[in-house]
Amino acid sequence: MDNFITRRRRHELLVAAGLLVFAIVAPMFIKDVTTLNVIILSLLFAGLAQAWNILGGYCGQISLGHALYFGMGSYVSTLLYVHAAVPPSLGMFAAAAVGGLAALLVGWPCFRLSGHYYAIATVVVGEIGYLLFLNWDYVGGATGVYIPIARPSLLNLQFGKDKLPYLHLVLAFCAATWLAAWVIEGSRWFYAWRAVKDDVVAARSLGVNIFSSKMAAAAISGAFTGLGGAIYGLYVGYIDPDSVMAGHFSILIALPAVLGGVGTLWGPILGAALLIPMKELSSSYLGGSGRGVDLMLYGAMIVIVALAQPQGVVSLFRRRAHGPA
Amino acid sequence: MTLETILQVAAGGLLMGLIYALVAAGLSLIFGLMDVVNFAHGELMMLAMYAVFVIWDASGLDPMLQLPLVAALLFGTGMVIYRGMIARALSVQFNRGMVQIFVTFGLAIFIRGAAQFVWGGEFRAVNNTLLSGRSWNLGGVYLPLPQLAASVVCLAAFAGLLLISRTEFGKALEATREDRDAVALIGIDRDRIFAMGWGLGAGAVGIAGVMLAGFYYVGPNVGASFALIAYVTVALGGFGSMLGALVAGLLIGEVEAFTAVILEPSLKQIGVFAVYLAVLMFRPRGLFGKL
Repeated sequence: MDNFITRRRRHELLVAAGLLVFAIVAPMFIKDVTTLNVIILSLLFAGLAQAWNILGGYCGQISLGHALYFGMGSYVSTLLYVHAAVPPSLGMFAAAAVGGLAALLVGWPCFRLSGHYYAIATVVVGEIGYLLFLNWDYVGGATGVYIPIARPSLLNLQFGKDKLPYLHLVLAFCAATWLAAWVIEGSRWFYAWRAVKDDVVAARSLGVNIFSSKMAAAAISGAFTGLGGAIYGLYVGYIDPDSVMAGHFSILIALPAVLGGVGTLWGPILGAALLIPMKELSSSYLGGSGRGVDLMLYGAMIVIVALAQPQGVVSLFRRRAHGPA
Repeated sequence: MTLETILQVAAGGLLMGLIYALVAAGLSLIFGLMDVVNFAHGELMMLAMYAVFVIWDASGLDPMLQLPLVAALLFGTGMVIYRGMIARALSVQFNRGMVQIFVTFGLAIFIRGAAQFVWGGEFRAVNNTLLSGRSWNLGGVYLPLPQLAASVVCLAAFAGLLLISRTEFGKALEATREDRDAVALIGIDRDRIFAMGWGLGAGAVGIAGVMLAGFYYVGPNVGASFALIAYVTVALGGFGSMLGALVAGLLIGEVEAFTAVILEPSLKQIGVFAVYLAVLMFRPRGLFGKL
């Protein structure tokens, strides 16, 4: 049976495969380190926003505490490497497991709360994690942890000064999150979660288990966020609570999804592709003066996009697709 | 801990708690009226503190005497923000909840950047005020006068907010809160009420900012830490409840003061957050919340 939905989904998969090939090949011709760095960060946050979107978009639980799963992910893989010599290529899966587990532990009490009460509770839980890591000596406290430099190898996921392998690693992460979202969109979960998001009472009357729906979305979202945190830690080579767990990371993880289009397949990628280069470029060209111009631009852009495109930038494309040719 | 220490810590918690309560009251007022959580609330407080610093720096006018002026300034700022951004954010068809979160959040970042642009990143402080350095000895418990004045003013502002709720305007406010569409039928201009609500909310946090400037440093990030406490206060008290904001503010002031002494000062917020989460487990809508 070749109905509209299966045709659209096949089309999405083809577009994604095309983009993936392009994203693998095109950076090979880029030699500029700054540009490669911006691409790496954009791909990373596209993946993180996609992960956030699974809980925040599809399931409608606006979490403002994802920095906790991100930070725990980077700490788990880093500490396993430093203290137990577990190679990061394995450690990052432990980070994903811990991220998912942490999201379940946070969700268990917090999913009883709704709306703003839930959002603020997630901020608070994230802040507690940040303060605890800041004061916990075993994990380096405020000083943080350096990842010891090893010989470039796939096992240790260290590539020295070469940025391209990192780019491909982050690209794989981004592709994995996209694929997870694509699979979810084709599953029963997608409809159950949407019912939870739109009308809890109606969802319950249809036999949807609200709590376990939220928990499932949280586990997947948290696991991918933890994985992203592990990759980020490897890439920057040094982590401390301020660089991986501070509250503004939670916003930065959610923001691309919101600006691109909440609860959509392409929104997080589109949002990250716009937001991260803008943020990085303005802070490297304007932020150096320390005069806050970059912050003003960043803030103004969030306000303007949110007001002008409340459904996200992705709706620009959709309108064209459905409108008269 | 001696009894004297306990009393001293409790007094410090009380004085700080009243400030938290007033900051939270402004937030709660706006939320109760139109379901909007203002994520730029701390930045409004920061603006009030900078206003105090600038006026004091230029003219030497004492913060206490600037109170009416800066409060009026913030009232106006609140109304402008409503007219310029929030009215628009409320009129969108989709994702209204998400849009208002990120619009006010973007505004917060913008104000922070603007403050850094104008005044630089370093800390500023107002000193040599009428009250600075003085304290009142109440049976062995020292109450620093700037903090004491701040809490008295906050209490008065709280009483003022409650008085306003009894006036004709307050009734219109309450009616708009109950049913924002029906009030149009009885001739209440909803937009005007909402704008006034933003004015009052910003004015309240402005008053808190003025009093805080008498004894606390000013910097571009000063709002952020106070705002976090304010969100916790509002959620703990219950969104939209004034009484809740007062009780929760006092509770948080005390918990914070005692955690700082019993554990250590760097962990003082952990105590607050733990109490908040514990209360929400039993009362998911806060102590006094109905919304």
